[in-house]
Amino acid sequence: MISIAIEKSLKAYAGQRTLKVDRHFPMGSITQIYGPSGCGKTTFLKCIAGLVTPERGSIRVNEEHWFEPLSGINLSPQKRKVGFVFQDYALFPNMTVLQHLEYATNDREWINQLLHIGKLETLTTHKPEYLSGGQQQRLAILRALAIKPKLLLMDEPFSALDPEMKTALIGELKLLFEELGMTVLIVSHNGEELVGLVDGEMGIDVLSEEYSETASKRKLGGLEGKVNLPDDFNEPLEDMKDYM
Amino acid sequence: MTDLSPIWLTLKLAGITTLLLLIAGLPVAWWLSKGRSVFKTIIEAVITMPLVLPPSVLGFYLLLAFSPQRGVGKWLNDVFGLRFVFSFQGLVLASFIYSMPFMIGPIKSALQQLPASLAQASYTLGKGKRETFLKVLLPNIKPSLLTAMVLTFAHTLGEFGVVLMIGGNIPNVTRVASIAVYDSVERMDYASANTYSLILFSITFVMVITVFLYNKYQAKSPLE
Repeated sequence: MISIAIEKSLKAYAGQRTLKVDRHFPMGSITQIYGPSGCGKTTFLKCIAGLVTPERGSIRVNEEHWFEPLSGINLSPQKRKVGFVFQDYALFPNMTVLQHLEYATNDREWINQLLHIGKLETLTTHKPEYLSGGQQQRLAILRALAIKPKLLLMDEPFSALDPEMKTALIGELKLLFEELGMTVLIVSHNGEELVGLVDGEMGIDVLSEEYSETASKRKLGGLEGKVNLPDDFNEPLEDMKDYM
Repeated sequence: MTDLSPIWLTLKLAGITTLLLLIAGLPVAWWLSKGRSVFKTIIEAVITMPLVLPPSVLGFYLLLAFSPQRGVGKWLNDVFGLRFVFSFQGLVLASFIYSMPFMIGPIKSALQQLPASLAQASYTLGKGKRETFLKVLLPNIKPSLLTAMVLTFAHTLGEFGVVLMIGGNIPNVTRVASIAVYDSVERMDYASANTYSLILFSITFVMVITVFLYNKYQAKSPLE
């Protein structure tokens, strides 16, 4: 079980906003996270990964505390070792496709499997600048998977993929997530694209209701969760995504 | 026949200064590139001072600070036998301080321009800060690194005031090319002055044009 209860101030043109999240995620679940631009989705993922420190709250994975300021616990990203697919891909310009994966793991067999899943076998010597947007995005996903994380955080991971590639990749990823028992949080504005991935059996899709103005708690599999947005939250500011 | 020892001495000084500044400048530039604080701003201002300070002023204070008759200079002389006034190591120290902004400035700017997500991605893969710096950040600022090294080397070649103040004009010890030019003109030996000047001009021109050509293929401003 992953338990997250955090508060984090967001920088914005129109003064301070506060991201408040209080949620539980069963291990092995796949959850879609969505909401208006600038509401703190990326910040939320970064808080879990240890890349951003919340002002208050706690993060617990199974019985291990990742963030517990009262006890002085704040595990580094290296120790949390979550897989993270960045919205801007964050590929290393100096490394080829193969070097990206070799940087993350020494398991040659696993690397070959990943290359097959991402259909990048023929592009192993290419650097990111010579890859299309879709290929770059697939590489970002493969690199995050390379460390075989127990928790995978994906920020708009399929936005640059064509429908055919998206369907094929999502099918492969679904099998992989099940095989590795991965817990996955996916930020995506497009719920349609996740239909084959976020299944009713493992998926939790509570944020759509909770982000709405009439947000209310609801029970899901015995779990209760809520995400609070500030009272003055109206339309998102496009510029705010720069801070996410 | 013109005595070429000032040229060799200058190249040796520029090479050592560049190497030392590269080793010391990289971590400092990295530190300065991360976040902002009043303390960092003050340190950065101190590092940048040689850009605007008259070289003779810097040389004068170094001369006072490292005089073997008093203070730090006396202590270094007595305890370690180190003498920075009118010695080659004094020139290295002065050049190190004087050329610091040329090494640290371009590297710091380049590191700041890299997306923060690059280092973050590396951290999530379990890599530490040092490994991230060496394998991810550093290889992606190569053009700026080259620019910083060339600017530092070329700037050291052209030092005059600060070198004269702390080193004087001792043949084979502190008589670098720029001082040799001045000295030759003083002695009305225009041929030697021309030889030194032409060599310095040629070396500097070749270095700068190399950086411009290299950075042209990296689609970056040569002075970044």
